[in-house]
Amino acid sequence: MNISHQSEPLVSVRGVSKHFGEGETRVDALRDVSLEVHPGQVVGLLGPSGSGKTTLLNVIGCIQEPSRGMLSLDGDVVYDGHWQRSDLRKLRLEKIGFIFQFHNLIPFLDSTDNVAIVLNLAGSGAADSKARAVELLEYLEVGDRKGAFPAKLSGGEAQRVAIARALANRPRIILADEPTAALDSQRAGIVMDLLRRVAVEQQAAILAVTHDEKIVDRFDRIFHLRDGRLEPEET
Amino acid sequence: MNLAYRDIRHNFGHFLLTCFGLSLLLGVVLSMIGIYRGLVADALTLARTPGVDVWVVESGTRGPFAEASRMPGDIREAIARLEGVSAAGSITYQSIETRFRGGKLRLYIVGYQPGRPGGPDRIAEGRSIGRSHYEMIADRSSGLSLADRVQLGRNTFTVVGLMDNQVSSGGDPVIYITLRDSQELQFELAPPAARREIARGTGPGHTNTINAVVARVAPNVSAESVAEAARRWKHLSAMTQAGQEAILTRSVVDKARKQIGLFTGLLLVVSAVIIALIIYTMTMNKLREIATLKLIGAPDHTIVGLILQQALAMGTIGFGFGALLISTIKDHFPRRVILHPEDGLALAVAVVVVCLLASGLGVRLALKIDPATALGG
Repeated sequence: MNISHQSEPLVSVRGVSKHFGEGETRVDALRDVSLEVHPGQVVGLLGPSGSGKTTLLNVIGCIQEPSRGMLSLDGDVVYDGHWQRSDLRKLRLEKIGFIFQFHNLIPFLDSTDNVAIVLNLAGSGAADSKARAVELLEYLEVGDRKGAFPAKLSGGEAQRVAIARALANRPRIILADEPTAALDSQRAGIVMDLLRRVAVEQQAAILAVTHDEKIVDRFDRIFHLRDGRLEPEET
Repeated sequence: MNLAYRDIRHNFGHFLLTCFGLSLLLGVVLSMIGIYRGLVADALTLARTPGVDVWVVESGTRGPFAEASRMPGDIREAIARLEGVSAAGSITYQSIETRFRGGKLRLYIVGYQPGRPGGPDRIAEGRSIGRSHYEMIADRSSGLSLADRVQLGRNTFTVVGLMDNQVSSGGDPVIYITLRDSQELQFELAPPAARREIARGTGPGHTNTINAVVARVAPNVSAESVAEAARRWKHLSAMTQAGQEAILTRSVVDKARKQIGLFTGLLLVVSAVIIALIIYTMTMNKLREIATLKLIGAPDHTIVGLILQQALAMGTIGFGFGALLISTIKDHFPRRVILHPEDGLALAVAVVVVCLLASGLGVRLALKIDPATALGG
């Protein structure tokens, strides 16, 4: 494990609260949450349903604005009043990679194009995008499935292609939402090993929301959320 | 990377089937426009074929197409002698149903005087009537061929010439026979009836009755002035060619024209709703993909482009197939279908506009999709 607490955190959440609705219908999804994730760390976010895990992921992923508190991603303070919707979109594109529970690959694009589209959106040319996509698919050991459409991929293969997509723009922050929930123990272990490899080799910060008991021992740090509050950290 | 193209290519069968369904719908719209044009053209054909300037009919009527008009045959001589008239001819019109090769045959018969105005303007095959009796020129839509023999009344007629696109406002194929033959066919009593009339002392009656006199005017002579001169005779009514055409379109086929026009309008509205629903459903089926694209950082124009390009591709291909289909089968319709390029162009523009408006619904839906829906399983 390569935990470098001396370096600047890639994700810094300080005193973040998020509530929905007002008055009697008000729901406090997050209450005064603070956490940091450093380069090379694979961090787990655990908690029962409705505890605020996905809301916290949405806030860190620049999808939902916090009601209060400060968020810093790779040194940029987000939601300080100067960020437009298009700036947040660009930030997501360039600095954050997303991994989903059900891979969320675009069904009408083959594996290569599913990865290349992220590079395309960031402005890379078609040939460069394809070359980088194939390189990533080979790195994740699914190079032989580069021309296959998502419907023809197994769960493990699809999740690896999804990880390749998340890594395409060399993001330093990777947010994973239940990345192993749809996989069996063996494939879940392979995916976690891959994430570990990415974190170490690319000095990325990985924050994964999970319910999956079989992978809790694979995290460097684990945060527990309950009723929107962060419980004391266990290592 | 063109997402619309990739999606279409991946779901080509489904897309093609949707386009085919849409093409059938747009084909029906196009054929209705063609039927409308055909109805108006057919109604005017009979009035335009003689190439005349003035129509003289029985007083107090708007004949011979809108109302019955009967007058003595010698009126023609009086009209021919009016100042400014260069030629005049007597004509009769009647519908008849006969049998041919074991089947029913409905015909619209025009009786005219060969060598005078009132006859067919162009013979596509065969020749004009050369004998005084029992020859006919028929429209091809009747199914008759040269040398065919058809029983009309008590006589048998031989087809000597064929014409194209000569039908009545009711869609029945037109045949031309000599005025004398048509008068016998229309006004001569059957032998038992004639014998009864003779027994009554009234005689069998004369058959020199016509429905109208058509006249051409000399160059530099106003048709209206000739019509005005004819109207001075109290037993006659007269109208110009423009007046006759107005009666045909605003009176004879007016209700049919409005009915088809209204139906065409309704079909256009139905098509617009169906196109809107198809595009909306196409967008609804891609909610998760759109949410994912937005989450990974796709700009709005990428999402809008995906929906808009697919909608336009569907509309364009659907219209193209529809136009091709109707152009191919239009000659097999029982009535004439006339497709003007400007009508096709107008419908194409309408389809594009409908696609753009309908995509607006899809785009609105897509832009409202919260990227967070891609997360959280």
